[in-house]
Amino acid sequence: MSTQGKVHLPTGQEALATKGWFGAHKYLVLRRVSQAFFLLLFLAGPWFGIWWVKGTLAGSMTFDFLPLNDPMILGQMMVAGHWPESTALIGGLIVLVAYALIGGRVYCSWVCPINPVTDAAHWLHDRLGLQKGWQPKRATRYWLLGTVFLVSALTGTIAWEVVNPVTIVHRGLVFGMGWVWGMVVAIFLFDLIVARRGWCGHVCPVGAFYSLVGTKSLLRVSALRRDACDDCMDCYAVCPENQVISPALKGKGDSTPLILSSDCTNCGRCIDVCSVDVFAFTHRFDTHIDVPPYAVATDAPAKQNAA
Amino acid sequence: MAATPHKVDRRRFLTDSARMAAGCAVAGGLLAYVTRDAKALPDQALRPPGALSEDAFLAACIRCGLCVRDCPYDTLVLADLGQNGPATGTPYFTARDIPCEMCDDIPCVAACPTGALDKGLTDIEDARMGTAVLVDQENCLNFLGLRCDVCYRVCPMIDEAIRLEMRHNERSGHHAIFAPTVRADACTGCGICEKKCVLPEAAIKVLPTRLARGAPAEHYRKGWEEKDARGAPVVEGIIDLPDRLPGPGTDNLAAPGGFLPETGGAFQPTFKLPEGAGQ
Repeated sequence: MSTQGKVHLPTGQEALATKGWFGAHKYLVLRRVSQAFFLLLFLAGPWFGIWWVKGTLAGSMTFDFLPLNDPMILGQMMVAGHWPESTALIGGLIVLVAYALIGGRVYCSWVCPINPVTDAAHWLHDRLGLQKGWQPKRATRYWLLGTVFLVSALTGTIAWEVVNPVTIVHRGLVFGMGWVWGMVVAIFLFDLIVARRGWCGHVCPVGAFYSLVGTKSLLRVSALRRDACDDCMDCYAVCPENQVISPALKGKGDSTPLILSSDCTNCGRCIDVCSVDVFAFTHRFDTHIDVPPYAVATDAPAKQNAA
Repeated sequence: MAATPHKVDRRRFLTDSARMAAGCAVAGGLLAYVTRDAKALPDQALRPPGALSEDAFLAACIRCGLCVRDCPYDTLVLADLGQNGPATGTPYFTARDIPCEMCDDIPCVAACPTGALDKGLTDIEDARMGTAVLVDQENCLNFLGLRCDVCYRVCPMIDEAIRLEMRHNERSGHHAIFAPTVRADACTGCGICEKKCVLPEAAIKVLPTRLARGAPAEHYRKGWEEKDARGAPVVEGIIDLPDRLPGPGTDNLAAPGGFLPETGGAFQPTFKLPEGAGQ
């Protein structure tokens, strides 16, 4: 299957050549638009007096009718000894169900305001050619998640909210607080110098929580044309959780082409960056594998070399 | 051959787990320390009406800011990050900046999705955000003998939470002092008195109730209240011992009460033991 001896261009260049700039950045652009959209929904009130959405990511009220609440915060509240009122319970349930369907970590890559910060840090990290730095195990965040709930129970507080950069930055932006930029800089430097992809990829317990929420999510990326893969490794280079790719991409025979790991953030960068369109969004019951010759006419290189 | 990698795997699993657990113990300890620190609410920061006690509040407040958004007077603000402020992101107000205007519909409580502001508060006059204390009698204009009266007049619970108690002005000798006096039972802690105090630094301040008040001793019985409630002495047939009044002879039990002026200085006991009572 692989292209023996083929010299690949730097990450992203092949996709750029075959699909054009927008084709090679479609989901990245959509994601930035989504992040800006959700942030603007919250900022429209304080900035322009359009109060469609009030509150923050921790808890909000849309059109004075739809409550949305962060279920991880409600979880900590419950172990801390407070049972929330029905408004928060309903709001938390809606969020929980939504992310359980579309993938918990869609929150991370499409909504969370910290994601652009860590993406920027990774971009610069790449440009500067820095070392990986401290790379704690991916499971660290799950341990930390457990710790956060334990501390909440022991201290009787919503413990993570005392330090949570996600809500602190979001609240700081929406309510205009000065310290928020200190938090942004701290996360940026952590990811740039201390640990590559450190915060979102290894540490953040909020991501860990949403990862658990999305364990059985419907929306999945599938490596349905994995037979076309020319081993350029671009998807591994751009994927923020690249341990999730191999089981799907390198699976043999009838093994599922779906990326089923709940660590996958459904960011779609692998789809963007693949010059031979191996990946696509689909649902978790769609296990079909496209084999050449494909119905769509692509001039994907390297297909013929397989034999 | 199969045993060796198995053994190594187990060892590795155990060391990894131990490392994780230790790391989490450190991180969790730090987090617990920070949350404890966050429980120290500064004295000038007052919670919104209906707020649960500070401990319960920090278990219930998700710091969403919806109460702040629905406050029509911009009284409430969210705490920024910082060492000595209220827990980051939680709502509070500073009476001297913008006090609570005590809205009848209590929109902040209505906006709270979690119950950190208790929906059980339906009458704003039952709110207990703090307790006003006239902290500086030396500078309070009323205590100096003037009729400022501002705190009394602006109080939404006028004549209940703040009353003017008239007393003699010892300094001038023939004027009155109208002392603003807080009745803590009725004070909501809205802070309007503190806001409106005309002095450069308010002489009346709203303090957290834990600072503003003592607590009655459980065992102490107010006999005069019990007597009033009963309409009769609490204990029947009790010997009413002589009061010690000013003047000569009051310590002389043989002549209790001393000499009465109207008898021209002749000895007359002012008190007689009741018939049949005695040793």
